[in-house]
Amino acid sequence: MAQTVVVTSGKGGVGKTTTSAAFASGLAQRGYRTVVIDFDVGLRNLDLVMGCERRVVYDFINVIHGEARLQQALIRDKMLENLYILPTSQTRDKDALTTEGVARVMEELQTQFDYIVCDSPAGIESGALRALYHADAAIVVTNPEVSSVRDSDRILGILAARSKRAEEGAEPIREHLLLTRYAPKRVQGGEMLSLDDVQELLRIPLLGVIPESEIILQASNQGIPAIHMQGSDVALAYEDVVARFLGEERPLRFVQPEKTGFFKRLFGG
Amino acid sequence: MSFLDYFLGSRKKTASVAKDRLKLILAHERSADTPDFLPALQEELLTVISKYMPVEKDQISVHMERRGDFEVLELNILFPEQHSPG
Ligand SMILES: Nc1ncnc2c1ncn2[C@@H]1O[C@H](COP(=O)(O)OP(=O)(O)O)[C@@H](O)[C@H]1O
Ligand SMILES: [Mg+2]
Repeated sequence: MAQTVVVTSGKGGVGKTTTSAAFASGLAQRGYRTVVIDFDVGLRNLDLVMGCERRVVYDFINVIHGEARLQQALIRDKMLENLYILPTSQTRDKDALTTEGVARVMEELQTQFDYIVCDSPAGIESGALRALYHADAAIVVTNPEVSSVRDSDRILGILAARSKRAEEGAEPIREHLLLTRYAPKRVQGGEMLSLDDVQELLRIPLLGVIPESEIILQASNQGIPAIHMQGSDVALAYEDVVARFLGEERPLRFVQPEKTGFFKRLFGG
Repeated sequence: MSFLDYFLGSRKKTASVAKDRLKLILAHERSADTPDFLPALQEELLTVISKYMPVEKDQISVHMERRGDFEVLELNILFPEQHSPG
């Protein structure tokens, strides 16, 4: 049976799609059969971040409407052979995802994969609800910023109340905080909420911290998930996230302002 | 003090302003979706407690809050000095 992980946030533009791509790639790198699904109907960003936009023929919506089989819509990742992408439609509206249709596809994916990663749209309405409904675990992507923290808190309320697990009275969804676009220097200057602040406010276990980095743009320019940007802060931070998700202990990195140069960064300090 | 000084000076503290605002916002929003039996519960608690000690309505507060995987029901009863039990 696959584990279903939703990457969610409430607020848009905080790094859900970036995280979904990196996280799914990280799981696949470790040998897990992984599929990452784009639930952001109408926008369709995930295939761009994964760099497979030109290979999209059929999508999630086609499968739900019986216009294509699941196997026809799944796109194999160009870098990792056990990673697949299920893209969404750019043209249809967000109501094209039906509750029963999503359930049917999820059930079929369950038998083929170890991990199903769901890239949620922003908001707290139907699209976001469908993305989180089947989750066993949630990665709540949060920026150190007032509206993002507030929206994360609202999503936590929804995870606890509106998911399948909640409806069935099963064990609650495992919640993980992922703080992204973190700028330690600005935190030190008192201009940005600190990791401690956000943890104190949201009170869920921390999965990791992804620093603000220009590498993300370089990665998305090329359609390469950030975890493949070898040796970069963000790649290492995302590797740590995957390791912690799988139960390994990893000390936090990139949460202090850098005082020193490249070698110090490489060898710790 | 120039405008710039003012700006730079206040910039230093904006993170703590953000945190204080968030504390209030979250506390408010978390209590906003409290179950609707809370007022009735508060009423009944008042009746029961005032059988044993003098207590006013505004000395009792009942809150429901989500903390991670738990719902926490918080009951606060404020006793003025002279009414302390014992
Ligand atoms: N750690 C980061 N550092 C810098 N930019 C980032 C970071 N994470 C995401 N971004 C940028 O923020 C924007 C929104 O990211 P995206 O993953 O699409 O968010 P969402 O899916 O939550 O809307 C993108 O332009 C992305 O490149
Ligand atoms: Mg997105």
